[in-house]
Amino acid sequence: MAPELIAPALYETLFPAGISRYAVGGLLVGLGAVVIYLGTGIAAGASTFLESTLSYVSDQSRFQRYVSSRDWRVVFTLGIVGGAALYALTFQSGLVSSGLYEPGTTGELREVGGFTIWLTDVQPWRLFLGGILVGIGTRIGKGCTSGHGVCGVGSASKTSIVGVITFLTVAIGTAQIVMALGVSP
Amino acid sequence: MADRHPLFMPLIFVGGLIFGFGLGFSHMARPEVVLNFLQFEDFGLLFVMGGAAVVTGLAFALVPRLRERAPLTGDTYGRRLKSFDRNVLIGGGIFGVGWGLSGICPGAAYASLGVGNVTILWALAGMFVGAYVQGVWRSQRAASESTPTGAD
Repeated sequence: MAPELIAPALYETLFPAGISRYAVGGLLVGLGAVVIYLGTGIAAGASTFLESTLSYVSDQSRFQRYVSSRDWRVVFTLGIVGGAALYALTFQSGLVSSGLYEPGTTGELREVGGFTIWLTDVQPWRLFLGGILVGIGTRIGKGCTSGHGVCGVGSASKTSIVGVITFLTVAIGTAQIVMALGVSP
Repeated sequence: MADRHPLFMPLIFVGGLIFGFGLGFSHMARPEVVLNFLQFEDFGLLFVMGGAAVVTGLAFALVPRLRERAPLTGDTYGRRLKSFDRNVLIGGGIFGVGWGLSGICPGAAYASLGVGNVTILWALAGMFVGAYVQGVWRSQRAASESTPTGAD
């Protein structure tokens, strides 16, 4: 979808930061999932890590069912943290730049020993309360944005498509209400 | 677990690295950018989810036709198919409220820690609390019914 296919003003309104960083990032997210799939046959999601890791400290049957996968899920999560840190060392720190990468203006950048870290301005109570609901909902709903949204939709799974439509619609409604109530950031 | 292929864990790690780099590059590790999407101020997120689903969709459709089994596990290639029941709607709704309030989901939260956003530990702590609460509740309900729970 090239920018010139739609009116420039409309494009600017819909995509104020352009689309390339989103599209390239999305392709990489998919590629990461595919690398794991090619080697192992596993279509991985990110939220099972929450329950599988709890199996190390809790004997509850809901967590113990994930004992056989809990070690590689820790490795997968450490990889995600490490990959994002590699991005921070390169593009976020300005060490590497590309016409495909738009730096952005959200949050706060801070220099820590030659390394640029990024900090959110979103209030802690929103993160904590939202996090609790994300932890409950993703596990009851059988998947999150990666499990349902990337691997499930990629599998043309009807369950995942319905799941994505459900959480996307509810999230849009929630964010709009929160914004209308004047909560920011 | 002891008989896993020696390249199993390294491959999982490399896949995670690419996945996490993509979440950082696309700014999905920033709750503000996700909230900007949900508030209709920047629709870029559609290209992240769409781009990723196109790549996995191609692989999930093509790979099983070219090979039968994955080299590192010997497992047959399949798709990610989960049974549908009302939990998909209930859980999806609860997740949606949390995502809309915070702008963060599990994979993006791990990546957010990687870009240096220590404030995201609030969200990660919340996610573990939420996963724990639902796990205890569902474990005890399953035990009191003493019947096996349905397929996940």
